[in-house]
Amino acid sequence: MANAEHVKLLGFWASPFVRRVEWALKLKGVDYEYIEEDIFNKSSQLLELNPVHKLVPVFVHGERVIAESFVVLEYIDETWKQCPLMPQDPHERAMARFWSKFVEEKILFASWKSMCSLGEEKEKAAKLTVDAVEKIEGELKGKRFFGGESIGYLDIAVGWMSYWLPIWEEVGSMKILDPLQFPALTSWMRNFLEHPVIKENLPPRDKMIIYFQKRSQEFSSRPRG
Amino acid sequence: MGEVKVIGSSKSLFCTRVEWALKLKGVEYEYLEEDLLNKSTLLLQHNPVHKKVPVLVHNNKPVAESLVILEYIDETWKHNSLLPEDPHERAMARFWAKFADEKCLMGAFMAFWKEGEEKEKAIESALESFTFLEKQIQGKKFFSGDDNIGYLDLVMGWIPLWLNVMEEVGGMKLDDPQKFPSLHEWAQNFNEIPLIKDCLPPRDELVNYFNFAVNYNRSTAAAKQ
Repeated sequence: MANAEHVKLLGFWASPFVRRVEWALKLKGVDYEYIEEDIFNKSSQLLELNPVHKLVPVFVHGERVIAESFVVLEYIDETWKQCPLMPQDPHERAMARFWSKFVEEKILFASWKSMCSLGEEKEKAAKLTVDAVEKIEGELKGKRFFGGESIGYLDIAVGWMSYWLPIWEEVGSMKILDPLQFPALTSWMRNFLEHPVIKENLPPRDKMIIYFQKRSQEFSSRPRG
Repeated sequence: MGEVKVIGSSKSLFCTRVEWALKLKGVEYEYLEEDLLNKSTLLLQHNPVHKKVPVLVHNNKPVAESLVILEYIDETWKHNSLLPEDPHERAMARFWAKFADEKCLMGAFMAFWKEGEEKEKAIESALESFTFLEKQIQGKKFFSGDDNIGYLDLVMGWIPLWLNVMEEVGGMKLDDPQKFPSLHEWAQNFNEIPLIKDCLPPRDELVNYFNFAVNYNRSTAAAKQ
């Protein structure tokens, strides 16, 4: 049976892209072997398994190799049918895909940029991030999770916001997640982080602060052009 | 199965891929042409987040982002499947679609827009990405297999016409039949399919459109300085 084949995940402890795959596997109770990659000194295994992007996460199920975290999430959902992550209804599925792409492009990359930049560039990126967060705040519509009563695909896809974003705010000295401006999101963050599976699967905060401080300094000191 | 509208622009490759999908499934739809320099209330209402085409409106419910729309179409009208059945093959199709849009299409746009040394760099980068596509199509008639076109062919469908026009207007060569013989052959086969051909905008109109875009963009940039 396909589901009984060996599952392996190549990852990096601080990566939000890897962590979302782990959340999906843990929610479904799928056993997997985790291999920590040094992304600054990539293994030949990683380069062989993901020659196109050379990035983590890389998901291996038997002989099948899959990269790109959203692609992996949908594969996991289609292969292990317990605890379904995607909604059933095609329109709701489209909304989950639409919003996960939106958050990735407009919030994740913008807030990362804000954290790593200085002065006017930082302010500009922070403003764009806040504008984008306003849009996703509206999507919660009084629900406990984006998926409704239980965690779903979109919660996992944007789950990094509950933990990585506050850390990036601290490291980058910028304010994005104002609880007064975003009450629904603030509530969602609390619910998400309190979920037993998520709570047990977060990287240590103090290590994250140190790591992202270092990354942010490297980025902002890079020569431009 | 309900009322279907497509809000689009006839020159947009993102819109044409949606029309191809609907035609492949034999779905009747009403096409609403947008003036992108003077966006309609309908568009702004149905895609307030991005304010872009295409938007598919099915029973008054909008779906935006062309790849999200393709999957929605495939899940709503189940005959003549666009995506394969097998979860791993689906994952591969999604992976390559994302790669093609992010690296090849965006790469081609960069090579089109940029000038001087930046243009050379962009061309080099795009060519590297196209090498991956060439490997994917080698030994197959279509990206989706030997018999019929599917999701990935629709996603790559901009290559035969749009890329060709961008090369002419932008003064660069990417789709070199000597460098990418299999891709070139795929492009010829794809563009011969009647339902594909029927949805293509006239080539001279597309040339005018890209010429206009270049001049508009350069004059806006000059005005800013």
